[in-house]
Amino acid sequence: MNELAIKDLLYKLADDELILGHRNSEWTGFGPILEEDIAFSSMAQDKIGHSLAFYTLLNELGEADPDTVAFTRNAEQFHNSQLVELPNGEYDFSLIRHFLYDNAEIVRFEMLSRSSYEPIAKVATKLKGEVKYHVLHANTWIKNLGASTEEAILRLQSSLNEALPYALGMFEPSKYEQELIDAGVYEGEEAVKAEWLKRIQAVLEKTDLKLPDLESIEPKFGGRYGQHTEHLQPLLDEMAEVFKIDPTAEW
Amino acid sequence: MYGGGNVFEATKFDTLQNEDPVKMAEFEARIERGEKIEPNDWMPELYRKQLIRMIEQHAHSEIIGSLPEGTWITRAPGFRRKLAQMAKVQDEVGHAQLLYSAAETLGKSREQMLTDLINGKSKYSNVFNYPAFTWADSNIISWLIDAGAIVNQLANAKGSYGPYCRALDRICAEEAFHLKYGHDAVVHMATGSAKQREMIQAALNRWWTPIMHFFGPPDKMSTHTEILMKWKVKMASNDDMRQQFLDMYVPKIWELGLTLPDPNLKKNAETGKWDYTEPDWEEFKRVINGDGPCNAERLAVRRTAEERGAWVRRALLNPKSKYVKPLA
Repeated sequence: MNELAIKDLLYKLADDELILGHRNSEWTGFGPILEEDIAFSSMAQDKIGHSLAFYTLLNELGEADPDTVAFTRNAEQFHNSQLVELPNGEYDFSLIRHFLYDNAEIVRFEMLSRSSYEPIAKVATKLKGEVKYHVLHANTWIKNLGASTEEAILRLQSSLNEALPYALGMFEPSKYEQELIDAGVYEGEEAVKAEWLKRIQAVLEKTDLKLPDLESIEPKFGGRYGQHTEHLQPLLDEMAEVFKIDPTAEW
Repeated sequence: MYGGGNVFEATKFDTLQNEDPVKMAEFEARIERGEKIEPNDWMPELYRKQLIRMIEQHAHSEIIGSLPEGTWITRAPGFRRKLAQMAKVQDEVGHAQLLYSAAETLGKSREQMLTDLINGKSKYSNVFNYPAFTWADSNIISWLIDAGAIVNQLANAKGSYGPYCRALDRICAEEAFHLKYGHDAVVHMATGSAKQREMIQAALNRWWTPIMHFFGPPDKMSTHTEILMKWKVKMASNDDMRQQFLDMYVPKIWELGLTLPDPNLKKNAETGKWDYTEPDWEEFKRVINGDGPCNAERLAVRRTAEERGAWVRRALLNPKSKYVKPLA
């Protein structure tokens, strides 16, 4: 198996989880109700833990240690989708992003748990059990708020419209896409997207929210190749602020 | 974390005289026997009022207390600290949730408590009105403020109100981990590079006065709390708790080669107690009355969170469909 293809996949998975975990953690102390504050913090911990698991696999393939990889790279070296780096916005945007992201992540993890590449299969099998709860959380809240007040529905609809081009950006194919599919690492992004679409539609149908016609939306690609919005570098600077005081120190 | 029962109201004996003497005697006898008072049991109004006040302040201290340390979640250096800092602060928010529920058993709703917090009617621990300038400040809070909180909470867990005691038992178990985490982080700083040592010493110097303030004014300056001690609402005097803290932690601080900014701090061989310079109690009063370095900022953050989240709470109260089974 082409190691570069595996590394590319691992970076994509790890960076998505790290950056979204970081964003989720920004809700600590600011949630609309205490229970949501706590929920977002839980998911943040899980996601950052997942990123650590993938960075550890990368380390085993010869990349630098997880702290160095996570805390010292620049935005152009990150492979996350642009969706996860966008600021939290209001709770409606964070909730919609969480819904769109985790419904894709669970599909990807389910596929990866059957991967021909055993180290990823093992990790994905373990982690999908956690993502299951993230999906349950997102779907519950979307069903709940998506069929409540007009105000809530308007907010969520507008956030859904805003987030969708970025959500489609999650499925940007890697340059090793066909190779990964042929080698049985996973079924590839098109397959993830098709299954994702079925799942989000099933939830949205139970609400007053409308899924816009995806064909008419131009996906925000580039993230997988290091092209990011202006929001990623400040996030990384903040994340590394203390670490970079002395990268050789033990904190 | 918690700021100590140091803002009790003066006992108004008039209110006590209106209570049924037979029920009062029975109530006091139960407490004397070490029984717990439960939500539906008879209790004097003053007891209810002081407990609501104390538990509510404790809950507020947890959510406001999550702010100075929360600032450092996104900047924690390395995975190990980042994950631990997140879990630690999440615990504090969880404590607020537990405590608001405990206070609600006495008849005041969470919404009302949060409204009183935002309006400045209800207090929270003074220490959180000080800024956490650096990562090292966050470490000092995790270690020493949580240590102070444990001294306070272990005492209060033996109090008379059942729901509060049970919440405190759970909280103390988690705080014990925070203490280990905070201590570990401080040890790394204190035994690390010159820069790290300088950072942690500076943070300790900044936090010493708030830490000394943490247990409340000296007993000789405090409101009379005899009846509250008798009812096991307040379980230890401010000075006793401060002494216990100094006894447990000053040696540990010195052991790390750190110094404390009080030349008079020493254990008195004759009395067996710690001598120290009284911290500025005028500053304490000023800060608790709203004029500290971060009071306005902390409340503004809380107010913003409440306002921005209001639509979510409205939506939750107005579902279009009624579910007969849980969604998840």
